[in-house]
Amino acid sequence: MTQQTQVTGWTREEMAQRLAQDIANGSYVNLGIGIPELVAKFVPEGRTFIYHTENGLLGMGPSPAEGEADPELINAGKRHVTANPGSAYFHHADSFAMIRGGHLDLSVLGAMQIAQNGDLANWSTGKPGAIPAVGGAMDLVAGVKQVFVMTQHCTKTGDPKLVESCSYPLTGRGVVDRVYTNLAVIDVTPDGFQVVELCPGVEFETVQELTGAPLRPASE
Amino acid sequence: MINKRVLNPAEAVADIADGSSIMIGGFGEAGSPIELIHALIDQGASDLTVISNNTGSGEVGLAALLKERRVTKVICSFPKTLNSTVFPELYREGFTELELVPQGTLAERIRAGGAGVPAFYTPTAVGTPLAEGKEFREFNGRGYLLEHGLTADYSLIKGLTADSHGNLLYNKTARNFAPIMAMAADVTIVQAASVLEPGEIDPEIVVTPGIFVDRVVEVADPAYESELIAAGVSYP
Repeated sequence: MTQQTQVTGWTREEMAQRLAQDIANGSYVNLGIGIPELVAKFVPEGRTFIYHTENGLLGMGPSPAEGEADPELINAGKRHVTANPGSAYFHHADSFAMIRGGHLDLSVLGAMQIAQNGDLANWSTGKPGAIPAVGGAMDLVAGVKQVFVMTQHCTKTGDPKLVESCSYPLTGRGVVDRVYTNLAVIDVTPDGFQVVELCPGVEFETVQELTGAPLRPASE
Repeated sequence: MINKRVLNPAEAVADIADGSSIMIGGFGEAGSPIELIHALIDQGASDLTVISNNTGSGEVGLAALLKERRVTKVICSFPKTLNSTVFPELYREGFTELELVPQGTLAERIRAGGAGVPAFYTPTAVGTPLAEGKEFREFNGRGYLLEHGLTADYSLIKGLTADSHGNLLYNKTARNFAPIMAMAADVTIVQAASVLEPGEIDPEIVVTPGIFVDRVVEVADPAYESELIAAGVSYP
């Protein structure tokens, strides 16, 4: 675990591109702040996804052209966005009714840790003195039909993010369906982590070595 | 004749007493009623409980109210906005208490409060540290937490267009918490860029019906947090 194995695997853009291939045409999707936002750049040919941002917009479009930003048209990360034709604005209770009521098809989130039973930790290190902030993450994992996590396979210090059980405070229990890392695509199943696909050139044994829980190899 | 217009922000917030609970609209700077908050700073009320999604940026608007040590408790989902330095200091010092609430639970608690629903069950936060101390119950094999509706003495919100009956329209994602906060406060105070006569807003497109609004003040050219911060403003 402590031995630094030199594998880089997919870039963040390649991870986003790989994830986007698994989203069905016409899906209503909430992309978390940060790396998950990259998914919007890789919508496969012939498909349309409708993006929900929890601060009250369905049909979110890309960043505005220079000089055309409206400070009151932003996403959940508080960055300027645009509204595509066919968009709708709504208040926060309606927005989270969409989330909690199971109306959204997919939530893509970042993670600090994912456990083999699908537990997710992505909001707090639990360190004393840290300012706790949760936002909408707990609502998203509790309500959206499918939850995908997009993350580096290991932390910056080389510790596994896929673990037997999370040591950080949980965002939700048993909520993650699939994990996209720089090394592999991995499903969370009733029997634990199941590799779906390895990044080309990356060996199963390498991924296992960098994972804190047993992996089952991809079945042909 | 109904006329909810007031002359200026100072008059709109004049009766807010020490110890009041106040819902403040906005998600980041979108929908933040800066002029009403600045009037509240000038007015001097203290020991306030503020219910708002964030805790402001820089030293203007909500962050300035905090910096003046007027707020002893915030109920909030994300007190860590970019440029948010004021709240972390007050929190670490122990001056301002934090009740951290998941964003959707915060919204539903406000909606419920305004709708006369004292409590409800939600699946959000089950199995997490934010479930501690809350009643747990299963329905159809799934776990839920009991959450209580939220009301407040006042709400301060920002609209784009109002009429003198208090009917409101909003600008894009500035709507966020405003319509539900308008419902959940005893006294709802609105700043809007224009205040029209009754009949000038099509009833089919009214977002917040005037029954939820008590006072409307026209602020024709409202400031934005980001612009004030970029200009180096620190209020007062």
